[in-house]
Amino acid sequence: MDHLDRLENKSVNILREAYSQFKNLGMLWSIGKDSTVLVWLARKAFFGHVPIPLVHVDTHYKIPEMIKYRDRFAKEWKIDMIYGENKVALDSKQTYPDGNVSRLQCCKFLKADALKHTLNGDWTRYRLNHKKGVYEIDENREAFTGVIVGVRADEEGSRSKERYFSPRNKENTWEFGDQPPEFWNQYKTDFKPGTHVRIHPLLDWTELDIWEYIQREKIPVVSLYFDQGEGKRYRSLGCYPCTTPVDSTAKNVEDIVEELKTGKFANIAERSGRAQDKEDGGGLEELRKDGYM
Amino acid sequence: MKDIKRKEDMNIVIVGHVDHGKSTIIGRLLADTGSLPNGKLEEVKERCRRNSKPFEYAFLLDALKDEQAQGITIDSARCFFQTENREYIIIDAPGHIEFLKNMVTGASRAESALLVIDANEGIQENSKRHGYLLSMLGINQISVLVNKMDLVDYDEKVFKNIVKEYTGFLREINVEPDSFIPISGMIGDNITTKSENTPWYNGNTVINTLDNFQIAETSDDKPFRMPVQDVYKFTKDGDNRRIVAGTIETGKLSVGDEVVFYPSGKRSTVKSIEAFNRKTQNYVTAGYSTGFTLKEQIYITRGEMAGKVGVSNPKVATRIRVNLFWLGRSPMIKGNSYFLKIGNAKVKVEIEKIKRVIDASTLTNVNREQIDRNDVAECILKTQNPIAFDENKHIQNTSRFVIVDDYDISGGGTIEEALEDKQSKVRDQVLLRNYNWEKSMVSSSERAEGYNHKSKLLLITGRKGSGRRDIAKGLEKKLLSTGKKAYYLGVENLIYGIDADIKDPQKEDNREEFIRRFAEIAYILVDAGNILITTIVELSEEELELIKTVVSPENMEIIWIGERTPTDIKTDFYLSDLDGIEDGIIALKEYLQEKNIIMKF
Repeated sequence: MDHLDRLENKSVNILREAYSQFKNLGMLWSIGKDSTVLVWLARKAFFGHVPIPLVHVDTHYKIPEMIKYRDRFAKEWKIDMIYGENKVALDSKQTYPDGNVSRLQCCKFLKADALKHTLNGDWTRYRLNHKKGVYEIDENREAFTGVIVGVRADEEGSRSKERYFSPRNKENTWEFGDQPPEFWNQYKTDFKPGTHVRIHPLLDWTELDIWEYIQREKIPVVSLYFDQGEGKRYRSLGCYPCTTPVDSTAKNVEDIVEELKTGKFANIAERSGRAQDKEDGGGLEELRKDGYM
Repeated sequence: MKDIKRKEDMNIVIVGHVDHGKSTIIGRLLADTGSLPNGKLEEVKERCRRNSKPFEYAFLLDALKDEQAQGITIDSARCFFQTENREYIIIDAPGHIEFLKNMVTGASRAESALLVIDANEGIQENSKRHGYLLSMLGINQISVLVNKMDLVDYDEKVFKNIVKEYTGFLREINVEPDSFIPISGMIGDNITTKSENTPWYNGNTVINTLDNFQIAETSDDKPFRMPVQDVYKFTKDGDNRRIVAGTIETGKLSVGDEVVFYPSGKRSTVKSIEAFNRKTQNYVTAGYSTGFTLKEQIYITRGEMAGKVGVSNPKVATRIRVNLFWLGRSPMIKGNSYFLKIGNAKVKVEIEKIKRVIDASTLTNVNREQIDRNDVAECILKTQNPIAFDENKHIQNTSRFVIVDDYDISGGGTIEEALEDKQSKVRDQVLLRNYNWEKSMVSSSERAEGYNHKSKLLLITGRKGSGRRDIAKGLEKKLLSTGKKAYYLGVENLIYGIDADIKDPQKEDNREEFIRRFAEIAYILVDAGNILITTIVELSEEELELIKTVVSPENMEIIWIGERTPTDIKTDFYLSDLDGIEDGIIALKEYLQEKNIIMKF
């Protein structure tokens, strides 16, 4: 087994465990490379199928290519696709691009709050009707008790404290100081009513692992990751008002892998293009405790 | 494109008592192997100089943490450094006893360990406790770093005393360390280069020691073991494959191999090995999360363990002698019920006997009736249903279990020995029966489809005069009238036929054989697709266990009718306050619908 085999098989084991143990299981798909690898790993785990609904939080400030890509592959891979949003904040223009709140506050409204209420079923969910090819209001409002998320331990500080199966309490918060132990591929799959579990199959992967795996498996990713001739590309995807492309001439997956191994990104963190991370020292950890991915 | 081959990588954990210098050593490893971001070392040194504070390598970790809070560079809970041959990932393992569960979580992900002991302070509580836990977790590549040698003037005697004392301790727990290295994280002795301060030391440096550790090999040479994680059939998407999925713990599986599932003992042949976006494979080895289809369709579920015909079998038992460590908030107590998870099986478990509780920091036996947080214990556990496993001395991976208390994993351990229980003899017979069972071309699910209901043994028990028989017979008639294959079998009907050779079947001594024969017949009738209805007056716990062993719990529903008498037996359904027989029949029919044994119509 090589390095990628080991990562792949561990992740597959985790996905199957989650599928077997959680009745209301959902998987977050941000359309970024990590969660797309996660969808691919689900197809590995379930022999070509994705038997878990994918949940996307639409801030309506995503780069348009992302939504186009989402719907294309949702249809192609026969995915049970669900999205949610913070309608109140959007309608009342309580957003950073509207100039009414700070970046972090905007993240809280459009991502953390929207996510929380989409997962617990308080707010309207939209589900893809594959026959008609359109999204319809989802009648099922049951809360998700297991949520699969594509976070990696190497991304930023607080994420390295995660377990593969991390409990969240009734208030949706994460008490990382007091998590049960996790060893020998045995995970927390029992939980008190009202609480839920976040599942992290990609915890051990690095950014380079992700790209090498995309290369090996030939996984289609959004074209925004590649330089289209202007010497710029996105290294991390988010909302367009807060995510800036980096200078890079990497035009394909091979170029990116080489750039990460030897080039100028070898010592610079991936999320450096995300403005909200810099706004406040421990801000992200606070948001994460509150449910942000 | 240039193809830059990646180095092999290894997870290591650094453990030891609090303040024995783990952070300093990590800082050293990062700095001396040139694994720090550019300019970081100079920057921290300069900051110390300006604050008139002596520079310490441990500050490097703090500095990295600060950056990390802003999302910029590396991650401190997992530091990376590299040597010429390898990339190492250091997993954080807190030294404070409060965080023992985090230490266990971190250490369990490592392939090798560095255990740090302060030369000046000597062996402390957690030096021992961590050593013990490493051995229980199965990490057997351990190097002991005797740190802060500069504080004891590089005195060989101090080093040798610690080596002697700690080797003695490790021997008691059957651990053989790879090496002892005299070091100073502060000064840098024997970390990356041999130190002139310890001319009496001829061993390797820390870096050389690490590079000599073996990358965990997958155990292909051991007997094949794969706990069944799930059985998939994605018919909805037009996929008719029925795939048995799981991660192979040890050994190798090839197309055409005969596989046996435990505890049931059912057998079939591997038809294909399945994978997505991979070339067709004819075999698959340990470490892979795989899936395969079978030639003869047999009914198996998550939790069974797959083995192979012709290689040594796993054990099947309900009584086990174990070594375990306890991390739960509340103590583990005799009389309480817990869940035991092994492979993918999860069963209820109780302590039968605590043989001894060991204080892991002193190795002294403490005589207690409970196992407290951070204790290690040897005890006998009793599971509600049989589990399949290997003994620790045979295959370590499949001897490991965890204990769940109040929703959380609270302890873990290894099974040292399978012990007998009252059903052991019959269980062995059943294993043999299932193993040798000649299969027809009709699977149980096809049969259920054909008859439009599942097959089941409805075992109705209760006190004399509760109307059991009338309800049972009435239910047979009711089910038959809607086309179900139902059959009522009176237990006494066996006496003059099947049991003709037993003189007095109801006599205490003969009762076990009487029950066993009844259960074997029930097994055949259930396998034939029937809903078999039978009644036994005030069934005892032992008799029920026997029937469960022969028929298998998933083939049965146990129903108690009428007033409850004091008894241990656990029933699936309890019917009381009946308004006559008809009422009971309807209630039972509804129960069958609710359990999806028959359809609603």
